[in-house]
Amino acid sequence: MNDLVEVRAGVYHDSVSLMRVSQALTGRAGVTVAIVAMATELNVELARDVGFAVPAATAGDLLVAIRASSEEELGAAAAELERQLAAKASGGGAEAGAALPRTTRSAARSWDATVALVSVPGEHAFVEAADAVEAGLSVMIFSDNVPVEQEIQLKERARAKGVLVMGPDCGTAVIGGAGLGFANVLRPGPVGVVAASGTGAQQVSSLLDLAGVGVSHLLGVGGRDLSAEVGGRSAVQALRALDADPATELIVLISKPPAPEVAAAVRDLGLSKPLVAALLGPGQDDLTTTAEKVLGALGREIPEWPSWPAEQPDGDEQPGTQQPGREQPGIAHSGAGQSGAGQSDGFEQADGRGQADGRGQAGGRGQAGGAPSGGGVLRGLYSGGTLCTEAALIALAGGDVSGEFTDFGDDEYTRGRAHPMIDPALRLEALAAVGSGVVLLDVVLGHGADPDPSAWLAPAIGDARARGVAVVVALVGTDGDPQGLRAQAARLNSAGAAVFTSNAAAARHARHLASA
Amino acid sequence: MITAKGEGMTLSMLHGEPRVITVGTSVLSEALDAQAVPQTRVDWRPPLPGTAPALAELLADPRREQANDVAVGRLLSARPHLIGVRPARDVLGLEPGTFFHAGPPITWERASGPMRGALIGAMLFEGLAASPEEAEHRLSSGGTTLDPCHHHRTVGPMAGVVSPSMWMLEVADAEHGGTAYCSLNEGLGKVLRYGAYGPEVIDRLRWMGEVLGPVLQAALERSGPLDLRSLIAQALQMGDELHNRNRAATSLLVREIAPAIVDAAPERAAEVLRFINGNDHFFLNAGMAAAKVSADAARNVPGSSLVVAMARNGTDFGIQVSGLGNRWFTGPAGVPDGLYLGAYGPDDANPDIGDSTITETSGLGGFAMAAAPAIVRFVGGDVSDAVAATTSMYEITLAEHPAYQIPGLGFRGTPVGIDITLVARTGVLPVVNTGIAGRVAGTGQVGAGLVSPPADAFTAALEALADA
Repeated sequence: MNDLVEVRAGVYHDSVSLMRVSQALTGRAGVTVAIVAMATELNVELARDVGFAVPAATAGDLLVAIRASSEEELGAAAAELERQLAAKASGGGAEAGAALPRTTRSAARSWDATVALVSVPGEHAFVEAADAVEAGLSVMIFSDNVPVEQEIQLKERARAKGVLVMGPDCGTAVIGGAGLGFANVLRPGPVGVVAASGTGAQQVSSLLDLAGVGVSHLLGVGGRDLSAEVGGRSAVQALRALDADPATELIVLISKPPAPEVAAAVRDLGLSKPLVAALLGPGQDDLTTTAEKVLGALGREIPEWPSWPAEQPDGDEQPGTQQPGREQPGIAHSGAGQSGAGQSDGFEQADGRGQADGRGQAGGRGQAGGAPSGGGVLRGLYSGGTLCTEAALIALAGGDVSGEFTDFGDDEYTRGRAHPMIDPALRLEALAAVGSGVVLLDVVLGHGADPDPSAWLAPAIGDARARGVAVVVALVGTDGDPQGLRAQAARLNSAGAAVFTSNAAAARHARHLASA
Repeated sequence: MITAKGEGMTLSMLHGEPRVITVGTSVLSEALDAQAVPQTRVDWRPPLPGTAPALAELLADPRREQANDVAVGRLLSARPHLIGVRPARDVLGLEPGTFFHAGPPITWERASGPMRGALIGAMLFEGLAASPEEAEHRLSSGGTTLDPCHHHRTVGPMAGVVSPSMWMLEVADAEHGGTAYCSLNEGLGKVLRYGAYGPEVIDRLRWMGEVLGPVLQAALERSGPLDLRSLIAQALQMGDELHNRNRAATSLLVREIAPAIVDAAPERAAEVLRFINGNDHFFLNAGMAAAKVSADAARNVPGSSLVVAMARNGTDFGIQVSGLGNRWFTGPAGVPDGLYLGAYGPDDANPDIGDSTITETSGLGGFAMAAAPAIVRFVGGDVSDAVAATTSMYEITLAEHPAYQIPGLGFRGTPVGIDITLVARTGVLPVVNTGIAGRVAGTGQVGAGLVSPPADAFTAALEALADA
């Protein structure tokens, strides 16, 4: 074994940059392990676990641990590391050699900005966001792991300054056409969105876009905003701002389950524009229904949401012949049902809206593949919290399907590492660990998200299929997204996954597979 | 803005082209680039180790923003004037056997070579000892009192030792009414402030008390107060940074006061003017008193994280913070990195010493390095290093000086008002220009250069302010 272990004092790079460097090194011939990360306790432990002799280090130091099968390959990997880090250092933005500002405060003083986007580790986010608010800027706090007291204080100060705090843990915003954080490419339009749920907002706005309806602004407010503690401070401000915004004709409010009194207060603002509220939870409209209600309110036609059914591996099943006309019990919502399944040319199938749901393709395929897709074993592997909650509500409704859903975007999984929309490692591990049944997962496209999620997911889906696992993907995105909605769908689909642009439809399909 | 009814809320960010400051993960900056959205990236790094909780606490303090505005506003608006030159015993009530010194409090036991040398010299000058040996004996056996200059509205360069018979520059702040004092500059080489105490040192001090001080006082009585803010502003535009280069300021001072000196003491004028002209640093002490009176105006604002003093006694580097009264926060004084005179080298250097860091505290010295291309060798060689030094100080300061401007930076105001929260956040420490004293008592100056304060002093103050 040829090991290189180094601790570089005071060298800082963000976790995403370092993850990319690690990946690039790991992909080299002869390199068996490459850890390039800030020397947090967790990362040092990780390196020690795989046998590296890591010297004492602090979280402010850079840890480099590379193992290669030969001295030459190790040397080449080390050279590549230097090249990549040097590129980071200069790519970090030497505009004509000028020094970059070191704090948000400094940046706001030297440059005329309209908004700040904070994504530093959670324990440092308050400080940067406070700078922005003090400078009279609205701020989006992408960071999670920010204490609620800090959130409340920031929002109080922001209200006094007439600016908006979006977040913390705010995944997406679209302001005047600019996507901040994880942001789908949305056409401009009349719908203003206020969201205490990042992926919830992405689902609704992406569906609207697929239906040809655009948004004016999408203002995230952070998942806790409508809690009793935070009291909807930012939601109220954002709703009023959109009410006053000439480009906005209709407002959608999307939130994780709110505190009832906050929900009541927010609905009661007396806005001059129509408000469609999707305050998610049991018995409430799902996201797809919300999008449809918006279309209805605007007098627009509700389209069939694109989906791509899984191919029949054995080609021995006909569409509509298995369990014909089976309705799914317990789901009041009538839209966005299962896709027309089992058709080999099934790209861009309508999702069966208005037709009988679940024409049996899934159960049939599961059986055809000999996998125990019945048995009620459903595993939800999500990157989006709201999408996860929605899918679990739909898929597990009634209790006849057993399953386990994990939101890998939860604080618990993101401490010291990048969001699962960027870093697929944890979800891939979890997917690889599923030996049977049905896996339901989301893939969220747009700026900021993985530039090509199907590149890693398609092979993993193929492997899962080979193990007899059925895979259903909720693909949230638009035709404008840089990854290409249809190209991604095609690759995931040809790897064997059933793909839906409606998460609710995906969940129903998965439920159907699992209960077949 | 929200009206009283909470209606009519508008958000300025919803109008016009989005312009984004990004701080954090690069992938989100790249996403903005991909959309061609104008952005400025913050080169963010984690704060100094262990400071995150205190920083969050302080940034949440509702007093801080306004407290710092008030404090730095006072620092910026001070209008220091040189109003007189008078004996320390008269203006400071200094008693025989008591000596003021540079930096935070120090005992004889912990005092470094140049500090001891200067104290020995002051004992000899005051006639409290007949020989250096006797002076040393008396100083070490407890019959004398040591007290920081900063505790008495006073600053002193290098050892900064002040004794009752020394004549002091008296500077008044016409804006806030404060007064500050600094001794008269002795010149370079073998001088008391660098720890030399030979006969020529004592003789010069005597002449300064008998001739220089009284003549300057008489001249000032004729000329009236001298506007130091104006002199400093002009000198910055003539290539001084007012700590290691005072050539322009000294020349301007002479121009202002020479006629009055001739009028006040025609028979002494030539030797007085010759003395001042022979010392490019004559203005330093007036500039220090001006900086002191300005920084003192910013003291004692509850909740303010502004640094109001940085000072070294040759052993410790200490700072004081507006919101923390007269408490000192110290760390070990570093050895300056610089250029050495003659055959001297780093082994001959004493750790950092002197109250002259009051210039950096008020936005001059190292902070104004970009104004002084003539002395860029102190900061590493070329003009770009000087510009980088000044530019980096904007990251840790609260304001830009409205009157003190740097021509080479497009007449941008100098960076003023060190904020301990910004130091902790960026890890950027104040750039300090300084003279270098010989390690051994009696040696004098051995060089000049640049020194970094200990980060510990800033983090200790940060913790204290968070607890306050």
